[in-house]
Amino acid sequence: MNLPPSPEPLLAVQDLTVGYRTRTARVQALRNVSLTLNPGETLGIVGESGCGKSTLGWSIVNFLGANGFIQGGSIRFEGQELVGRSERQLQQLRGNRIAMVFQDPLQALNPALQLGEQMREVLMVHQQMSKAEATTRCIETLKRVHMPDAAGLLGRYPHQISGGQQQRVVIAMALLNDPALLILDEPTTALDVTVEAAVLDLVAELRQTLETALLFISHNLGVIARICDRVAVMYAGEIVEQATVTEIFQNPRHPYTQGLIRCVPRLGTDKNSSVLFPIPGRVPRPDERPAGCLFSTRCQYVEERCRSEAPLLRSLPIGTQVRCHLTEQIDPQRWTPPAEAEMPPPKTSPASPSLLLTGSHLHKAYPVPGTSLASLVGLEHRRSVKAVDDVSLKVFKGTTLGIVGESGSGKSTLVKSIIGLERIDHGSLEFMGMEIHHPLSRRTLETIRELQMVFQNPDSTMNPSYTVGQQIARPLERFQSVPRSQIRDEVVRLLRAVRLNQTYYDRFPRQLSGGEKQRVGIARALASQPSLMLCDEPVSALDVSVQAAILNLLLEVQAAHQTTLIFIAHDLSVVRFIADQVAVMYLGQIVEHGPVDALYAPPYHPYTEALLSAVPEPDPTLQRSRIRLEGELPSAIDPPTGCRFHTRCPRRSWMPDGGQRCQTEAPVYQEASPGHQILCHLPLDTLQRLESATLSA
Amino acid sequence: MNSTTLSPSAQPPGLLRQLANLLSILLSSRTAVAGLAMVLFWLGIGLLSLVWTPHPPNAQAFDANLPPTSTNWMGTDHLGRDIWSRVMAGTQVVLLKTRLSTTPQVVVPGGVALWGVIGAVGVGGLLGVNAGYRGGRVDQTIMQLLDALIAFPVIVLYLVIVTALGSGDVVVVLAITITGAPGVARLVRGLALDIKTREYIRAAETRGESAGYIMLREIIPNARGPILVDAMLRVGYAIFAIGTLGFLGLGLPPPDPDWGSMVNDARKYIYANPIAILWPALAIATLVIGVNLFADGLREELTRYQQ
Repeated sequence: MNLPPSPEPLLAVQDLTVGYRTRTARVQALRNVSLTLNPGETLGIVGESGCGKSTLGWSIVNFLGANGFIQGGSIRFEGQELVGRSERQLQQLRGNRIAMVFQDPLQALNPALQLGEQMREVLMVHQQMSKAEATTRCIETLKRVHMPDAAGLLGRYPHQISGGQQQRVVIAMALLNDPALLILDEPTTALDVTVEAAVLDLVAELRQTLETALLFISHNLGVIARICDRVAVMYAGEIVEQATVTEIFQNPRHPYTQGLIRCVPRLGTDKNSSVLFPIPGRVPRPDERPAGCLFSTRCQYVEERCRSEAPLLRSLPIGTQVRCHLTEQIDPQRWTPPAEAEMPPPKTSPASPSLLLTGSHLHKAYPVPGTSLASLVGLEHRRSVKAVDDVSLKVFKGTTLGIVGESGSGKSTLVKSIIGLERIDHGSLEFMGMEIHHPLSRRTLETIRELQMVFQNPDSTMNPSYTVGQQIARPLERFQSVPRSQIRDEVVRLLRAVRLNQTYYDRFPRQLSGGEKQRVGIARALASQPSLMLCDEPVSALDVSVQAAILNLLLEVQAAHQTTLIFIAHDLSVVRFIADQVAVMYLGQIVEHGPVDALYAPPYHPYTEALLSAVPEPDPTLQRSRIRLEGELPSAIDPPTGCRFHTRCPRRSWMPDGGQRCQTEAPVYQEASPGHQILCHLPLDTLQRLESATLSA
Repeated sequence: MNSTTLSPSAQPPGLLRQLANLLSILLSSRTAVAGLAMVLFWLGIGLLSLVWTPHPPNAQAFDANLPPTSTNWMGTDHLGRDIWSRVMAGTQVVLLKTRLSTTPQVVVPGGVALWGVIGAVGVGGLLGVNAGYRGGRVDQTIMQLLDALIAFPVIVLYLVIVTALGSGDVVVVLAITITGAPGVARLVRGLALDIKTREYIRAAETRGESAGYIMLREIIPNARGPILVDAMLRVGYAIFAIGTLGFLGLGLPPPDPDWGSMVNDARKYIYANPIAILWPALAIATLVIGVNLFADGLREELTRYQQ
């Protein structure tokens, strides 16, 4: 380690081993984990899901739940041993010196209590403060996390503020007692990209101004790169590499770390050369971990020795700690993708693209039930959420349209309207020359068959009561695409197409990993040989290594079947990799659309600029312009007048009249280049001056 | 195309293994084991009574109102019939057979309590899943009708049904069905409301499946755990209801023994033979408690290891 060894680290974890009891067995979640954290330092913990990151955080605060227990090792905090103490002793030792922030802010806040009451309680219980003192302190802390109207906030309930604000309040609560150690467990994973960027800014700022040491747990390498001093990479319950953040990203020593970095989509690279390299296989379950090196089942450098002898965590001369026998022999520069890796096919654009789907002036609004007596008897004007408001789009055969936007921008509603799950209020939708704006129940079986969907959540995309084979066979029966006797063969062929072998036929969804479930979902959608496949954030719930494989699979499927894709994402870096055309949505409108290459360079819409700037890049040295949106997404019930983005637009002041026009007059599309349109009042040459967020080499 | 990237990790479960798994869940709960033992005891007694009882249950072979003796282990009733033989035979109509009031009489396997619960789960389940999945007006109509039904005290409903339709096993089955259905419907509606938000339901809709297919093939299979536990609890209530009806003289027709009417008869002669009332009451109590314990234990174990 290249940090000066202090006499007593704040936190010293030595050979920590943690297990969970299940009904049938005990499983080991952590194995011989050792790490130290000095006062004021920030340590990032990164790894795929199921690697024990959260268990590590919980075991430090002794929050392992009813079936978790520490099997061995020691946790020393401020010189005191924490393992083996009773709950009461622990409370005294830890006191209010350790605080924790979880992924979902709504679970950390009591919905029945006002925020002020919850926050004051922390101080009044731990420090016996008076109510007035506590209130002043709460307001100070809320100001420190940049909450506007801190005093007014104390009287509100958690549901009255937005998700990003909730997470700020949780962080403020954790800071109230000036903890020596703050554990953040995926604090931004549940947030939108723009909100995430703002919360990360806050954490980065707090890191500078506070004495507090941070333990930052995240699966997202980009987030880790922004926040941390040092990084520990975990794999299957062990730390496989530990180094400073620049070493980890510029000179990763463990094959797993190298693999993780290779499968993250980046903004900076050119689209046609940007290729994601998935890590083959998956994290072994605790009961099927191999002997020897745990990563040996997925490592392409594996040798005989790796399979028999478990490597120790050893320090290299450069200061990196790594758990690998062969690290000296491995040169990441000379790496080539292994033969079995799923690689995307070379992208070929169809010579003369023909139109597959044309939507013009689509509208979809959801009525909002009123609360007043007048609305109850139907006298009041019915209000509605305009989820999709005058959207027009064109999709060409064999291409991919990416749709990007924050949650609440209407992208999911748009896709559900296209497939017929939602009724379109008005507008026309033409698919292969037929008008299909009516809902599913009034479409012909032929149309239904041509449009299929891939869903977001791997845990609910498959019916838990049926086997994989049954679920893929059902659309085949339904659409009679193959004779009854050949259904089984066809299912096996589809499984192969998504790179699952025949043994998956009789498995139940609970026996599959998230990525495998998503593959089955794709196979099910492919079964009817659709012309258009709508993908609603199919990779946002997956680990990066799996995400890369699924994206590559979608490209492969597209190349093999000439399928057209509509791909929703909240992350511009993923869309850049997969899409040919991109549409950016804000409050029910498309604010910018065009060919993918045009969209990622100026001129672009100020909102696109903010989205691009918010993407966390896995490169700690990258200094990018920070364009942050102020405030939260306005309500779609009463969208702002004029340009909908004017309330948050960071570039409004660039207007000649200081932005008066944005407030009153709705902008029209400007054609920046053929097919690239921007919905903004700012003249194109001003937009051209927007700083390039993609600092490509 | 190669498929080496994803290696198989677990074997598909065979039927045997699933059964073994279920059994191990059952056996890990002491509550469930105790309940199961009590239910199996009465099931065994019932099966035995089909072929053998110490004395014919309907024969008036002894003196009336005898206390327990070595010949009559539980004594005799007011007509001089052996109480133990009658308690044994009383299991049949609850758990093992249902008599249809046709001529000649047809006997259907499966007791009145079981058929009643099957009826309640069937009717309530169908109404509930329709209300939950379709929502809107259908939901409003179904649930408000059922709420109206729930508003009646159960005993009053029993009285109305029995008075309107006469007595007999089928009428008791019907009574249990009608009083049980609203509760089942509420449960299933709640489950359906949750399950219908899952994406596999969207997938079924986007391949144009009918509402009937989605409800019966996509939703109900995923609701079967809670429905099963609820049904078992309802068997307990149903046994209790049969006892109540028998006690009120509205239950299963004589002369075949029925625990409820045995309690009522013994009550009338409580000064002559105070202990006779105990036996049928004990039979009802142990069977109901057994079924309830079993259902409770099963529910606990199922929810503890829910994934």
